[in-house]
Amino acid sequence: MQAVKYARAESVEEAVRLLQEGGEGARPLAGGTDVIVQARERTRDIDLFVDIKHIPELIGIDYSDDSGLTIGAARPCYQIYGDATVQEKYPILVDSTSLIGGTAIQGRASLGGNLCNSSPAADGIPSLIVLEGQVEIAGPNGRRTVPVEDFCTSPGRNVLGSGEFVVSMSFPAPAAGSGARFLRFIPRNEMDIAVTNAATQLRLNGDGSVAWARVSIGAVAPTPLLVSDAAEALVGRPLSEDSIAAAAAASRDAANPIDDMRGSIRQRVHLAGVLTERTIRQAAERAA
Amino acid sequence: MVTAQSQPQSRETEQYNVIGTRPIRHDGVDKVTGAAQYGADITLPGMLAGRVLRSPHAHARIVSIDTSKAEALAGVHAVVTNADFPRAADEEIDTGEGSANLRWVLDNVIASDKVLYKGHAVAAVAASDHHIAEDALDLIEVEYEVLAPVLDVRDAMVDGSPLLHDSLHTRELDGSNSDNASNTASHLQFTKGDTEAGFAEADVVIEREFETSMAHQGYIEPHNGTAYWRADGTLDIWTSTQGAFVVRDSVAPLLQLSPSQVKVTPMEIGGGFGGKIPVYLEPLAALLSQKSGRPVKLTMNREEVLLATGPTSGTYMRVRMGAKSDGTITAADVHLAFEAGAYPGSPVGAGAMCSLAPYDIPNQKIDGYDVVVNKPKTAAYRAPGAPQAEFATESVLNELAEQLGHDPLDMRLKNASVEGDTTAAGMPFGVIGNVECMTAAQESPHWQSELEGPNRGRGVAQGFWFNIGFESSAYAQVNGDGTVPLVLGSTDIGGTRASIAMQLAETLGISSDDVHPHVVDTNSVGYTQVTGGSRTTFAGGWAAYECAMDIRRQMEERAAQIWECDASDVTYGDDAVVRGPADEDGNDRQFSFKELAGQLATSGGHIVGRADVNKTSSGPAFATHIVDVEVDPDTGKVDILRYTAVQDAGTAIHPAYVEGQMQGGVAQGVGMALNEEYFYDDSGDLKNASLLDYRMPTALDLPMIEPIIVEVPNPGHPYGVRGVGEVPIIPPAPAVRAAIANAIGVHMTELPMSPRAILNATVLDDE
Repeated sequence: MQAVKYARAESVEEAVRLLQEGGEGARPLAGGTDVIVQARERTRDIDLFVDIKHIPELIGIDYSDDSGLTIGAARPCYQIYGDATVQEKYPILVDSTSLIGGTAIQGRASLGGNLCNSSPAADGIPSLIVLEGQVEIAGPNGRRTVPVEDFCTSPGRNVLGSGEFVVSMSFPAPAAGSGARFLRFIPRNEMDIAVTNAATQLRLNGDGSVAWARVSIGAVAPTPLLVSDAAEALVGRPLSEDSIAAAAAASRDAANPIDDMRGSIRQRVHLAGVLTERTIRQAAERAA
Repeated sequence: MVTAQSQPQSRETEQYNVIGTRPIRHDGVDKVTGAAQYGADITLPGMLAGRVLRSPHAHARIVSIDTSKAEALAGVHAVVTNADFPRAADEEIDTGEGSANLRWVLDNVIASDKVLYKGHAVAAVAASDHHIAEDALDLIEVEYEVLAPVLDVRDAMVDGSPLLHDSLHTRELDGSNSDNASNTASHLQFTKGDTEAGFAEADVVIEREFETSMAHQGYIEPHNGTAYWRADGTLDIWTSTQGAFVVRDSVAPLLQLSPSQVKVTPMEIGGGFGGKIPVYLEPLAALLSQKSGRPVKLTMNREEVLLATGPTSGTYMRVRMGAKSDGTITAADVHLAFEAGAYPGSPVGAGAMCSLAPYDIPNQKIDGYDVVVNKPKTAAYRAPGAPQAEFATESVLNELAEQLGHDPLDMRLKNASVEGDTTAAGMPFGVIGNVECMTAAQESPHWQSELEGPNRGRGVAQGFWFNIGFESSAYAQVNGDGTVPLVLGSTDIGGTRASIAMQLAETLGISSDDVHPHVVDTNSVGYTQVTGGSRTTFAGGWAAYECAMDIRRQMEERAAQIWECDASDVTYGDDAVVRGPADEDGNDRQFSFKELAGQLATSGGHIVGRADVNKTSSGPAFATHIVDVEVDPDTGKVDILRYTAVQDAGTAIHPAYVEGQMQGGVAQGVGMALNEEYFYDDSGDLKNASLLDYRMPTALDLPMIEPIIVEVPNPGHPYGVRGVGEVPIIPPAPAVRAAIANAIGVHMTELPMSPRAILNATVLDDE
């Protein structure tokens, strides 16, 4: 690691200015559980950390039935899974935030950081995708909003331009009859990185048929994927072995993974189907 | 340390006052308060920070190294390469658990003409701080001629495969060397009886091939080494090591110093498991210190530990075993090819010695091959070689029992080695606890229980390790208040300060709390071999026993002097009371240990006991393990539901530490069984050199491991001790394999049996 400078921003505007002044070597710092390791291992050249986790908007959490849920990008995981509203209305966020790292990491790591690190295997992103998340971005040219599924562009890369950072993520209020579930497969029981992960949100009609669905899979492509074909296999009919199998097949078709030390291509394609099936069943249980 | 599951003391240990109890360890307070000093805690005035430049290639010729830009960087004090070392002699040196050629030891510390694995040290830098040292590494220009790597043991053995060492020839069975250079360093063989005749007698013969991956010891404390080359030419070293004397005797010849010029202080150690026996950083720190005139500290990060230290061998193994329908094993043919890493010296010999030792099989042939590949030089790892070799043999034995319809423990009992039997390697068994472990396992609540539920299975396996003795030393003085400081040379890894002090206390008849054990440097205690080979409580305890007997003799002499009687009329009792003949008035004369201790200073001076023992014998160790697993057929993941480890400890000196060794061995054995593997790409790049992707089990991956201590005292030790540290790593992999087969009907042929491997053998098998 190199000696680095540190600046603490008190407002979004100050953070924008500090990042602009710092140029290419400047990097926003929230929990630091990815960027500090990257600096230490010299996989990124960083000479200035702009600490954004003291900005009220970046660490806030807000819910109303009209506007839904907004989570500050730097809010640590433990303050998300510990939030009563999240537990009641968005249990899929508890699924994700309670298994990123271990307890100590969850005290620092944020969902915004998980998104900005843009790992194909990120355990936060598929959940944000199926919740129809919108990413609020601030930068030198003001603010803009991007759907989560369009945020990541390739491993470690995303739509953020020079000097831009994520302020918050927003999600619509859950409709009646909806349920969502995130699962990942790891070889151990904790402290590991996904071989493959998946999330499903679906809404059931009163007659038990699927009114709406969204399926996302991770660690099977350069970015987490929204699998529209999997949702289409489910919508408009009752959940059945056939429709679930069709959705799982759609996820296997969408998966385009690499072979590496964490999993083989065949293993990941297979697991994309297994986890799609399991998240559909468990999301439906939560919807009921 | 989990003690809740402890067994009641056996009849054998009830004769003791201290042995078999569970006192608080002497080093406990320092460890839990953070006061204990580890190698990375060393700070010396003027100390420099060092870093090591490592090879990005698995196999390459070094064309040139230019260090001039690094040397010119402000803050850099010294840069060293292999060329700065004296030319190493072509001689064998003692390396703790074996020997090695000094040139290869040096070339592994820092590469000479070739780099032989990714992470191989090429140069080292000392600078005023860590950041400058890291910057300096980027300024060292190394030109490589990249060569094709050899990464698999079978590929390496093929004629025409790329050679790591042009000068290496195969040492054949008859002691001759092969005509052509080869990656196969040696071939060894043990035979007994006539295997073909034995197979002809068999009703069932099973042959299986196995592959196992390299696995790392996984100690949590990375390597470190600090050196100060003094102006008078003597060298001080502080390091995390299992054997300070071995460090001394390795570093001295590498630097062409006399061992008397080198003092090594062993710091507290955060795990070793065999991997903290070789020298890596110490010679580099020494030379950097000599060049800079300042103390230099080198530390590794986790990636360096995984790239360039340890591991144990990856293997290819083939076992053929035959049995009669009544379960009698008639013959076994074992082929073991072990990866040594970049230089010769895999543990294939030990693996071969152990592979069939639990069984009295009349006809055996065991072949072992030691083979170099472009991976890190292997180091000892807890029962080196045995977990692999016995995985292969135990697995085939389990399949024979299954095919013949025998209970796997009954079949083992039918063939078990007992006192008087001799292994194929010529090792005669004395009093051993092989059968007692199997019987205790059969009687255990675990084996007696029913296992229910889909995709669940139970497996069992036996383990054997020979253990070693060798040299240990102890000094102890008697303080006026009756306390006894005890000076030891054994690094304390598994509670050996306590277990050795307890044997001194037992012999003197005093409380273990009154013994104060200290681990000291190589100038402050007699020669002591490594903490390894399950030898420390055995040989260290023996030294403590003889040291205490020396004190007892001197206390008798002192009492006789005070009482003005003949020393032969004075006896030191096991109750620590020194009794003499009645005085002139007919009254009994006696001193308690503390009373006599209080009179030493005024009756002629203090007493120092001392002992140095060198034991060629040991007490072989056996273990029987039972495991229940559940397999997720959709993902290939294996969960350990229940685990019971039975083991003969001879005499359990401190049962909590015996249980700790048993549980720790199981944890590592389960790691090798399920997920631990060195994952290389085709270029020889280790892709999982981090504890994220090198998957050791966490606390959440293991259930409570239930220990059952069996005590069959070792007649070759004053207190019946057998080493306990190594054997428990051996049975987990074959037991887990059997449990998986029992659960889903698939017999795995590789380690680790990871989710990927299990899917490949099941749902993905036909694709």
